Amino acid sequence: MNFLAITRATLAKDMRLEWRSKDAINAMLFFSLLVVVIFSFAFDPTAEESRRIAGGLIWVAFLFAAIVALNQTWAREMKNQVLDAYRVSPAPATPLFLAKAIGNLIFVAALEAVMTPLFIAFYRLRPLGAGWQLIPLAILGTWALVVNGTFFAAVSLRTRAREIMLPLLLFPLSIPALVGMVNATTAILTGETSPALWIALLVAYDVVFTTACLLLFETVLEAE
Amino acid sequence: MADTQSTPVVVADGLIKQFGRFAALRGVNAHFLAGRLYVILGDNGAGKTTLLRTIAGLAQPSGGKITVLGCEDRKASRAQIGYMAHPSLLYDEMTGMENLRYFAELYGVRSGEMDRRCREAIASVNLDPDLERPVGQYSQGMRQRMSLARALLNDPKLVLLDEPFSNVDTRSAAEMAALLAEIRDRGKTVVIVTHQPAQLTGHADEFLWMERGRIVNRTTSLSGAGQ
Repeated sequence: MNFLAITRATLAKDMRLEWRSKDAINAMLFFSLLVVVIFSFAFDPTAEESRRIAGGLIWVAFLFAAIVALNQTWAREMKNQVLDAYRVSPAPATPLFLAKAIGNLIFVAALEAVMTPLFIAFYRLRPLGAGWQLIPLAILGTWALVVNGTFFAAVSLRTRAREIMLPLLLFPLSIPALVGMVNATTAILTGETSPALWIALLVAYDVVFTTACLLLFETVLEAE
Repeated sequence: MADTQSTPVVVADGLIKQFGRFAALRGVNAHFLAGRLYVILGDNGAGKTTLLRTIAGLAQPSGGKITVLGCEDRKASRAQIGYMAHPSLLYDEMTGMENLRYFAELYGVRSGEMDRRCREAIASVNLDPDLERPVGQYSQGMRQRMSLARALLNDPKLVLLDEPFSNVDTRSAAEMAALLAEIRDRGKTVVIVTHQPAQLTGHADEFLWMERGRIVNRTTSLSGAGQ
């Protein structure tokens, strides 16, 4: 069984389905756009204050917006019970999880690419630290959100109120990652401290939770 | 047709399936032989679909033992099973070919063979492989046939079908029944759950009647079932 071929095929299938329906990306875009506009009306910070609060605002907005994509990921597998076709096939569970997580990474990264310039414009942000560090930080932070989100969206799949269940399961576990993302972003924007410690925390978080999710996903998939 | 001495493909021994306090299967003892076509009948809630899902490995037994294609480990036999459920198990937004190409990948069909295998499977259920419409725009009957094509894609030794004829017109249902009999004649085992057994008269080797989670009767003709 070709692990990579199944991962690639599942990812391509999900991209095709999203391209045709645009369910997740449209909802995420509108949600984060609303958050940016409402925050900009609610707060009118100076440039210095913006640098201090923007890290928190931007990651909270992305976390909430990501929930939309994460719920959608498995909803399309439940329609017509297509997930059963995967479960009855000889394909291992891991490529399905990996493809879903990578797909969500792409969706949320696309959202970040659109929304970050808007945040910069609304909050007149200019990083005083090494701005390039925002790129690896964004990748690590987004992966931290989507890897656990994809896993817990699968866990909550068979629960009655799955759209409520996902944030209830995901948010408490995301706190260490969120603290790392916000502090690293603030450190880069203000240039006052080094973000290295927080980035190292995110790397450790990603490694631990990716491994745990990959190991446990088969049990979740086979659960009735 | 194969004789009754052929190898058992499925052996269920005291199979129990509980959902909470409700017992959907209450000690099912059954065997299904290679090269035979079985029809499972019974009222709603008799346990037919649960039995089929347990054979397919989608439901884990709460008690008893089930061996499929000589394996107690359900993962080992998956490559040899074709399963068609009551829902289509297809992505509505993709065409029939796109759906089948994806599932062919899950069964490890080589890329050089993929298009041919998918086209053959679709053509075998009398659908056009070049149909550009997404499956969501198919009629219910077309969707059922595409679902059957998906179940047959991996050339399975054991074909499990849940209500394959629902919403299918009489002519298409007769063609599907003939196709299933042809698959049986190639030495495969076909197990069908249906409320329309008349479609399979003349094709089925055995009718099994289920009641309250047990097989209560096995007959070789439809008239004998349920008695």
